[in-house]
Amino acid sequence: MTDATADNSPAGPLNSSEYARRLKKRHDAEWRFRAYGLGAIFIGLAFLVTLLWTIVSEGAPAFLQSEIRLNVTFDKAEIDPTGTGNIEDIMKADYAVMVRQALREQLANVGNDRAARAAAHRLLSSGADLQAREIVLKDRTAIGQKREIWLIADGDVDSFLKGSISRDTPEDRRRISNQQIAWIEKLQAEGRLKSRFNTTIFTRGASANPEMAGVGVAALGSFMMLVITVLLALPIGVAAAIYLEEFAPKNRFTDLIEVNINNLAAVPSIVFGILGLAVFINFFGLPRSAPVVGGLVLTLMSLPTIIIATRAALKAVPPSIRDAALGLGASKMQAIFHHVLPLAMPGILTGTILALAHALGETAPLLMIGMVAFVVDYPGGPLDPATALPVQIYMWSNLPERGFIARTSAAIMILLGFLLVMNALAIWLRTKFERRW
Amino acid sequence: MEMARTMTETKAVGASSTEAPKFKIKMSGRGVNVHYGAKHALKTVDIDIRENQVTAFIGPSGCGKSTFLRCLNRMNDTIDACKVSGDLKLDKQDIYDKSIDVVQLRARVGMVFQKANPFPKSIYENIVYGPKIHGLATGKQELDEIVEKSLRGAGLWNEVKDRLLDSGTGLSGGQQQRLCIARAIAVSPEVILMDEPCSALDPIATAHVEELIDELKSKYTIVIVTHNMQQAARVSQRTAFFHLGVLVEEDDTANIFTNPRDERTQGYITGRYG
Repeated sequence: MTDATADNSPAGPLNSSEYARRLKKRHDAEWRFRAYGLGAIFIGLAFLVTLLWTIVSEGAPAFLQSEIRLNVTFDKAEIDPTGTGNIEDIMKADYAVMVRQALREQLANVGNDRAARAAAHRLLSSGADLQAREIVLKDRTAIGQKREIWLIADGDVDSFLKGSISRDTPEDRRRISNQQIAWIEKLQAEGRLKSRFNTTIFTRGASANPEMAGVGVAALGSFMMLVITVLLALPIGVAAAIYLEEFAPKNRFTDLIEVNINNLAAVPSIVFGILGLAVFINFFGLPRSAPVVGGLVLTLMSLPTIIIATRAALKAVPPSIRDAALGLGASKMQAIFHHVLPLAMPGILTGTILALAHALGETAPLLMIGMVAFVVDYPGGPLDPATALPVQIYMWSNLPERGFIARTSAAIMILLGFLLVMNALAIWLRTKFERRW
Repeated sequence: MEMARTMTETKAVGASSTEAPKFKIKMSGRGVNVHYGAKHALKTVDIDIRENQVTAFIGPSGCGKSTFLRCLNRMNDTIDACKVSGDLKLDKQDIYDKSIDVVQLRARVGMVFQKANPFPKSIYENIVYGPKIHGLATGKQELDEIVEKSLRGAGLWNEVKDRLLDSGTGLSGGQQQRLCIARAIAVSPEVILMDEPCSALDPIATAHVEELIDELKSKYTIVIVTHNMQQAARVSQRTAFFHLGVLVEEDDTANIFTNPRDERTQGYITGRYG
């Protein structure tokens, strides 16, 4: 016995050199497998970094916007000729004349040549008059006064300042003339033309001018749809899941329902869009482009996911908890609502929020129900025309202007921000409600 | 062990010397058959369970003793494939009758499970849950009284009285099981069913629970399923031996362990199989 261990002779099969060779092979296989896994993770990370880098480098400039500080005289005779503050007069007034006048005064050397004046006026965004009007709408005391305000510069000026339009391009092929460049440099030297943080992109709606376009309206549309989706999909989905999991008899019919729910979760989303178009718009006559229809379609789309997640969460609650409640004489419903559901809550909430995050990023079904619309104003309610964040991104991505290319990426960043917030919320809810048993 | 045996023997002798039976029948089964789908799990079981006594069900795994226990408060209802036939009576009332509300039945026939299963809530909430759903108490004071009484009844009061609001799942295994017993007696049941209550406990915790069972029998009728024959001998007055879905023999515990009538019982208690 001691001899055998001393000279380590191959006494049994576990001491043979053959066995040592096999052992090494096993370890090698394991090492290789780890290397594959690590490689897969690095490839995935590389793609993610590339994606984020592309989006951020494209989109970051869109969060800065060139603006011009001008002293605008709010002409009382034009804005409020009667002196009564009539809202129609205020809305109708020609603010473009006032801001252009202010610009010309600032540039000082424009002259009276029509072409030169038009070139000067193009330095300002065509939405500058709207900004002027908004100031009056917010503060009536401005009427008849001279105020210093920041007005949005034209998209081409913005592109020039951000370096997208090169000075070296011949003038006849450049979107900015030499004279305009001279004015821009003069305004910069006076500290009247600056890149400022872009609030427009968060607050405004669709616009043909990139400098006046924003995702605010689309975000509100998305928010309304999500609210409708939560209000409908969560109770319906959870109730359906509870019934199927806890009350329904296990027979062929319920098996069929289960298979169908699982299949519905895999149905392409555009099919739900066609369904929404046929049922909600053509049959029930709900308006096109309305958040209510979008919310209903997204509800249909999220239901299978929520039902599956809820059933899984209910199944994961140990049966001993059910037994304990039933053994005390709780009715089935009491056992479920007092004990099983609270324990399943983290899973249900996580599943629901992930389904909603998915719904938030959904584009295809919304195209089918007319959410791909040019919506400038905020929707007043769920029946008003609206659009959604991903649809807005889709629409901007079709436009050629430099400013829209940047805004497309910026809007993607905003959408990703929303998704991150929702996922963080899911994790927070899960840890908050998690109980051990 | 020797001690327990002599004790039960003297008890049995005492019982047989008095002519008129001093016990009442609390629950009874006549011709009880249970099927799980195609499997015939219990075959024509006839048994009487005496009031204020401890009845132990013993037998090898899969013999049907737990199945029969779960018939007594209709916990088998939760299993779809399970079909129960025959007569099962609680105080001469058929518990499988349509007029019986299973919620009320389970309040009268409480249950303690193999694995301690406190709700993941505070100790206090664990106890008051039953009384609350049955509307047995109104107001905080009454509930407080029930909590103290139940925890004292389960011999747990002194250990947890300062931390009633701590989680019930934070207790040790033995304490959790006693908490489950306290939770069961908080509803003031008439019968308590225990399904291998000590199988997950260490010997000291087991001793605690066994003492408790002995005390509880003055107030409640107790049916206990156990794998442990010594435990059956220590805590029970009556023992029923199940084998392959058949109730082989049911008698005073002393008789079962000293003088079984059936060969199979003899074989099991002497450890030849099981």
